[in-house]
Amino acid sequence: MSDLVWLIPGLPFVGAVILIFGGTNLPRRLVPVVGAGSVGLSALMTLFIGFEFLTATPTAQSYQQVVWNWIEASGFSVAFAFHLDVLSLVFIFVITFVGFLIHLYSAEFMASDEGYARFFAYLNLFVGFMLILVMADNLLLMYLGWEGVGLCSYLLIGFWYLDEKNGYAARKAFIITRVGDTAMVIGLFILFKTFGTLNIAGIQEQAPQLWVVGSSQATLIALLLLGGAVGKSAQLPLQTWLPDAMAGPSPVSALIHAATMVTAGVYIIARTHVIFELAPIALFTVGVIGALTLLIAGFSALTQYDLKRVLAYSTISQIGYMFLALGVGAWSSAIFHFMIHAFFKALLFLGAGAVIAAVHHEHDMFKMGGLRKKLPLVYWTFLIGAASLAALPFVTAGFYSKDQILWLSWASEKGNNWLFLAALIGAFITTVYTFRMVFLTFFGEVKTQVTRVPGLAINISLVVLAILSTIGGFIEIPHSMGHVQMVTDFLSPVLPVTSIRPGIESSEWIIQLAAAILSIGGLLLAYFLYMKRPSLHFKIKNSIPHLHSFWLSGWRFDSLYDWLVVRPFVYVANINKNDPFNGPYNGVVRAANFFHRILSFTQSGILRWYLIGVVIGAILILTLGIWL
Amino acid sequence: MNVIPAEYGLILASVLFTLGLVSLLIRRNIIFMLISVEIMLNAAGIAFIVAGSKWAQPDGQVMFIFILTMAAAEVSVGLALILQMYHQLKTLDSDAANKMKG
Amino acid sequence: MAIILPGFIVTLLLGGILSWIVAKQSHLYARWISLLTLLANFIAIIIIWIQNMKSPASGSSWILNFSVAWIPSFGINFHMALDGLSLLLLSLTFFLGILSVLISWKEIQSRVGLYHFCLLWVLAGITGVFLTMDLFLFYFFWEVMLIPMFFLILIWGHENRRYAAFKFFIFTQASGLLMLLSILGLYFVHGGQTGIYSFDYFQLLGTALAPKIGMWLMLGFLVAFIVKLPAVPFHAWLPDAHSEAPTAGSLVLAALMLKTGAYGLLRFIVPLFRDAAMEIAPWAMAIGVLGILYGALLAFSQTNLKRLVAYTSVSHMGFIMLGVFSFNEVAAQGVVMQMMAHGISTGALFILAGMIYERIHTRDIREMGGFWMKMPFMGATALVFTMATWGLPGLGNFVAEFLTLVGVWQVAPMLTILAAIGLVAATAYSLRILQKVFYGSPVVSMELTDLSFRERIIMGALVISIIWLGLFPQPVLNTSIEAVNVMLHPNNKVEASVLPSLKTGDAFSLREKGGSDE
Repeated sequence: MSDLVWLIPGLPFVGAVILIFGGTNLPRRLVPVVGAGSVGLSALMTLFIGFEFLTATPTAQSYQQVVWNWIEASGFSVAFAFHLDVLSLVFIFVITFVGFLIHLYSAEFMASDEGYARFFAYLNLFVGFMLILVMADNLLLMYLGWEGVGLCSYLLIGFWYLDEKNGYAARKAFIITRVGDTAMVIGLFILFKTFGTLNIAGIQEQAPQLWVVGSSQATLIALLLLGGAVGKSAQLPLQTWLPDAMAGPSPVSALIHAATMVTAGVYIIARTHVIFELAPIALFTVGVIGALTLLIAGFSALTQYDLKRVLAYSTISQIGYMFLALGVGAWSSAIFHFMIHAFFKALLFLGAGAVIAAVHHEHDMFKMGGLRKKLPLVYWTFLIGAASLAALPFVTAGFYSKDQILWLSWASEKGNNWLFLAALIGAFITTVYTFRMVFLTFFGEVKTQVTRVPGLAINISLVVLAILSTIGGFIEIPHSMGHVQMVTDFLSPVLPVTSIRPGIESSEWIIQLAAAILSIGGLLLAYFLYMKRPSLHFKIKNSIPHLHSFWLSGWRFDSLYDWLVVRPFVYVANINKNDPFNGPYNGVVRAANFFHRILSFTQSGILRWYLIGVVIGAILILTLGIWL
Repeated sequence: MNVIPAEYGLILASVLFTLGLVSLLIRRNIIFMLISVEIMLNAAGIAFIVAGSKWAQPDGQVMFIFILTMAAAEVSVGLALILQMYHQLKTLDSDAANKMKG
Repeated sequence: MAIILPGFIVTLLLGGILSWIVAKQSHLYARWISLLTLLANFIAIIIIWIQNMKSPASGSSWILNFSVAWIPSFGINFHMALDGLSLLLLSLTFFLGILSVLISWKEIQSRVGLYHFCLLWVLAGITGVFLTMDLFLFYFFWEVMLIPMFFLILIWGHENRRYAAFKFFIFTQASGLLMLLSILGLYFVHGGQTGIYSFDYFQLLGTALAPKIGMWLMLGFLVAFIVKLPAVPFHAWLPDAHSEAPTAGSLVLAALMLKTGAYGLLRFIVPLFRDAAMEIAPWAMAIGVLGILYGALLAFSQTNLKRLVAYTSVSHMGFIMLGVFSFNEVAAQGVVMQMMAHGISTGALFILAGMIYERIHTRDIREMGGFWMKMPFMGATALVFTMATWGLPGLGNFVAEFLTLVGVWQVAPMLTILAAIGLVAATAYSLRILQKVFYGSPVVSMELTDLSFRERIIMGALVISIIWLGLFPQPVLNTSIEAVNVMLHPNNKVEASVLPSLKTGDAFSLREKGGSDE
């Protein structure tokens, strides 16, 4: 069975190829069968292979499969090879299962779209590349997946290509992530020069022997990899593309810009954790970036009008939590939160998609309202997802995953009070904006007509994800409440267990209490502002117009980059449009023309002038001959 | 026998040559220009004869015959050209023949 | 067997004449004759490739060698030889040659015979350049490929074709003359040292040059090659020539003629003038990086589609400059890959531009938009090649650029970083092509038809090639690796590299030996 590992990414590619070549010739009913079917099969394969891997774990704790030798040139050797271990298994599981549910959802959601086959082709391509990313055995193959998902993200953001704005958002997303990717590629160059290989396992083995903790080269490499990670995961300072990426269809936002691709940054840092552990400065930077991002994005989410943009900022913020976890060495907590986040955020995006489709493509929450009655199933599942995002205590999965990060950001040896404080404030803001969104959309007076009620396929995916967002948390329960540690144990062969500062374990319940109080407090505040006294939040908004617009625009990062990078680039490109290097050559041409005109002036055609010329010439030569 | 000094002959030749050159430069009628060229050729011929007699060498006279032949050829070609030119331009003014102006 | 090397050229020359003659009867015959000529050559070179793939380590990088005395008194031989590098480039030449005939099928309707004559003669010249091992003959073919190309642009080009054709001609001709001077200089220096006056590449290979003379001779060659390549200050002819040439002309220019410059750098500059080249290497690499960035910047601002693609060529050729002068084996492999991948991807973009021009009769991207709706198939292929242009992993250009940069990093990290920034700019201009041409709302109201069967075959072949190069580059790398390493290390491997047929006592090469002794 393990020999068939290559089929997991292979099947979605086969689906994509069928859809690309079938195109519009394929019967419309067959399109989702191929699209969702191939991912579904892939999910089944994951189940079988995962089961086999766990029951008969190889002694090396991992399984390698070389499919073919990709590049081999004068000592540079890279194979097209897959690597299966528990870390990649978690990611594969999330990608194939959540991916399948989203495909199922799309089968109905996109049914009337002209580019039905194209949509599924891109989506399948994405799943395939994403699986390559997490299964790659070397960094170059990972980079292939990395760029492949970027490409699919670009294609899917700009899926409705007729609108110029979507194309702009797509290009923005792609180019900004490319900036990060370039940093990462440079990291790969250094890694290859240092180790002579790009094989992840090989690097992890050699790195501790080669470098001491804090070595400058390790720090440099870790920072460059981090550059790639912040680009892909929309973290500070490259976070600006994600809110605009919401131009894509909602299933795309769910799959790519919430559940999977944007967490690739988390994956690569976890995957190369050996390097990061040798570079404490870089690791600390990861944590600081996470903390700053989660706050900045959280405040921006508070002010958004567009339902999907709230979710986008919330995604940035939640990935900030994951980065924070990585930064304090809470490796498995980050992965745990990634998994839970994939469930509830996909659920929220799918729910938002259903809402937006129902109210005739209206994105503004303030123009919605009262949808609780009209869309009961969407309402309940959305509420479950929102509760999980807000980490309401005990019953939601989000509580368990986020609580662990809060606790470890303080208790871990690498943690500190400031990171903890940021996480705590972030948790409070999260609850406020989450329930602001819920109250505005589903409660209050009815403002819009519901034109489309979701059918079976959408309902199934919503319900399954709602269940996962609830029970998913019970696999990891803190000490103080029963101590279940399935995720940490599961990941322990790959990711080291977080070391905790001594003597503070008993205080864990205080942190939990604080988190629970904050999240319930946030809920109450949102209730007060948006349900009880709706006029109040307008007053607040009007009293701080500058701050409000500052947050609404995402802390003006867009204008900053526009001013710093985009405009100078376009300006320089435009002044050079006609290629100044032509100047010297045209100068030669002009000089030749000039002398041509002067010399042709002497060609008067009058014979006597020529004669005089001859005579003067002769006299000159004679004089010269006599004188010299 | 009184020998005329070579200098006299050379002075005559150069005077003739200068006359020919000047009239070549100032004349616009192309036939006169041709005549001027002939005068200059003859001046050169005199210079050769004088030089030949001074050094008692036959080369000077050989060169004169050579010049004579060349002048004949030149006149025939030149006159043919002049005729053609007159055909084309209906004038003998050399300044009118400036079709080759750059 | 070795007779096939001049055979390639002779078939092309004869095929050209023949299609000129029969075009008086029917245009179709001319097209078919050209097609079959190129197809025959392509099949022959593929057979040679397959035969030699099995035994890469035969001890010599040379596969075939052909030599007859031509003008023995001056030491000029008709000497051709094939190694892995020329094999790859010949395959590319004939492959794209076939496509260039196919894309002209509908586009060219005037003077069809002369057109195919010119096309085949250009290809013959290029083939000669890739095969010749005699510098005199090399110069001869260098000029042979120039003149028919001049006429291709001049007669079948777009509006501004006269200007472009003359600019192209003067640039390449002037630089070629400098190369001729250097060839003669090398000939006399070598003759003076050893008493053997010969233009033979292998004879000249070991010439010891005084640093100053070596530098000047090297510069003569270098100018010819980097004008052809083109490196940045000398690239001015390229955007004009590319954008004014007919589609097949742009294809041959971009995909093949630029490669003669790259080939020259690898084949002549590196082994013949190693010391001098090492001395200017930092400057040359800086010029390469400048080309990468400058080409990308200008590509971004162009509004003429073909001009835009032309500047991407400038940008990509910077990688070749960078890779060659890093004197690193991995980077040199990257350079070889870049020649192949760039030939296919940029060629494909020019073909696409030509196809669009056939449909809407403009090259101005401001008048395009929303083509995806009407022409999804063309859109999909354009997607593949714009992605190749910025180096999407899995397509040929990525392998090339990555290998080049990994190799260069060992030598010059700062320049590598700058070149990597060029990749971001490449993304910007690639996406701009897609956005302006295929996305957005449709601006052209006229009827647009998607690719025809003939066009699908062309694009399909190109798509398959670029993916093949990206995922399975190993056959290409295996073929060239020995040849390239021999050029990079002429001193320790030159003995092993010299001509297999000399050892086996080939009749031709024996005569060649006698000729050069006189």
